[in-house]
Amino acid sequence: MAFAHWVHVDYLYFASYTILQFIVLATAWNILGGYCGYVNFGSAAFFAMGAYASVFMHKFYPLPIPLLIVIGAAVSGIAGLGMGYLTLRLRGSFFAIATLALAVVLQTLVVNWDFVGGSRGAYIIRPETLEFAGFEINYIEYLFFLMLSLAVLALITARTIERSQLGFGFATIRDDEMAAEATGVPTLLVKLIATTLSGAFMGIAGTPFPYYIGYLQPSSAFGLEYAVNSIAMPMIGGTTSWIGPLVGAVLLGSAQQYATVTISSAVNLLIVGLMLVGFVIIAPNGIVGLVQERLRHWRRR
Amino acid sequence: MDISWDLLLNAIAAGLLLGAFYAAVTAGVSISFGMLDIVNIAHPAFVILGSYIAYFFNINFGVDPILVSIAALPFFFALGCGVYQVYYLSFEKRGQDSLRGLAFFFGLLFVTEVGLILVFGVDYRYVEAAYIGPSIHIGIVDLPLRMLVPCLAALALFSGLQLFVTRTFVGRAIMAVSQDQLALQLMAVDPIRIKRIAFGVSIATAAVAGALLIIIQPVEPSVGREYIGRVFAICVLGGLGSMPGTLIAAMLLGVVESLTATFYGPSWAPAVSFGFLLLTLAFRPAGLFGR
Repeated sequence: MAFAHWVHVDYLYFASYTILQFIVLATAWNILGGYCGYVNFGSAAFFAMGAYASVFMHKFYPLPIPLLIVIGAAVSGIAGLGMGYLTLRLRGSFFAIATLALAVVLQTLVVNWDFVGGSRGAYIIRPETLEFAGFEINYIEYLFFLMLSLAVLALITARTIERSQLGFGFATIRDDEMAAEATGVPTLLVKLIATTLSGAFMGIAGTPFPYYIGYLQPSSAFGLEYAVNSIAMPMIGGTTSWIGPLVGAVLLGSAQQYATVTISSAVNLLIVGLMLVGFVIIAPNGIVGLVQERLRHWRRR
Repeated sequence: MDISWDLLLNAIAAGLLLGAFYAAVTAGVSISFGMLDIVNIAHPAFVILGSYIAYFFNINFGVDPILVSIAALPFFFALGCGVYQVYYLSFEKRGQDSLRGLAFFFGLLFVTEVGLILVFGVDYRYVEAAYIGPSIHIGIVDLPLRMLVPCLAALALFSGLQLFVTRTFVGRAIMAVSQDQLALQLMAVDPIRIKRIAFGVSIATAAVAGALLIIIQPVEPSVGREYIGRVFAICVLGGLGSMPGTLIAAMLLGVVESLTATFYGPSWAPAVSFGFLLLTLAFRPAGLFGR
């Protein structure tokens, strides 16, 4: 009886970890996609960069996860900066296409790189417990609280950006880049800040992933569900404020956790895809937009 | 370094055949992205849909895959017109085509892929035809008919499209709408109708490209993703909207990929197109034949 109870609690931590991870990913995507209007299709690539940075360090010189997170953030932040530098001076769609291709190429690279496991994948032995300030805590709980603080950090960052001058810079670029440039917004610099920040947070979401899953192979790190969810969650939740990705990630994330257990995972991805198409056509401002509209309507009466 | 000449010649020949096929896959994107400025990243998914239709009729009724694709042209044309109508009403007309339009096509790509997985599963599927297997030998060069037939079909498709856009009224109107939509409107041509036809034609090419793909290699639903990078790399390298540029860029990519696969191993081939794309964007964003 007690055993069953503990398994149940462990599962809750596992499931919540995934949802928190999606909150970080969706918020990261939204910093560039929602605030600036530049679409990144390569979320899986940035996520995998973080994950593989930690596999590389694990084999090379093991470090505690918080340090790995800093490394993962740096690697994928620099990748974001490089991608942005090459493509953001051109039309917006070129950036989107380049990120789409980036995922394929990075996967090719990892498949051919034997040090991090190649196509066979890499095992990461996760300790059962962790010594922390004299207390012994369960490793799953540790990972959960780590991801929780990362999600809070991501949301605080997004909210701070929204209310800062940088956020206004982002919004001017989204609304009319030409006009922004003409009124003196340093558009290229502002866009590069956005791609770097967004890439870094996607990497952050991926860094603890090998420790969570225990065995990392290219097809799981570059999984389609990361690319589609990190776009679908903000789009369905609403892209204009930090609440949107949070709402989208919690709703879609928990629905998927439930559906993967009860229905097949293919059907569940199909539903996410259909919801994405439906929402962009019918409710362009997402759930947050719908709620705001209703509130406005209600107040007027 | 000692390079084996027959290996090199064979790699170049295979690359040219492959390149012509890439041109057929890219032709549709050259119209939608190059001329209409619609970033249809779902195009490869429609190509895979074409592959599965060819597969279905080939396995069940023994029809030649290329014939199936020709019969499927009107349906793909209608599908393209329908997709454009939704795209126009929900995004272009409201002036929100960039972010949400991209998400829309991404969703379509995704739904098509997962839909095919649900119907056909994730196993590799292939077709049967008399020309799959034998090869022609010219000197030391082997030309497998499995590659040669798609190459010829692709060149025929491409010449047809080139004649269509340069010689017919609708084709010229498509070129015109890509240059100046307002001017076209002033000459009493409905630009939306022209764009709808053009997008229909672009999706129709996916039926043929799909049949050619499944002749060349076994297909599973996620194969399309490998083509997204290739297709846009070719489109950008060739110069947006230039059909001859697209053909030359496709041949070039085919040859470089084939050389890479021969001398460094096939697992590196997908990286080539990305290199092409980044180099083009960094040094000559207008492409080889750009306006």
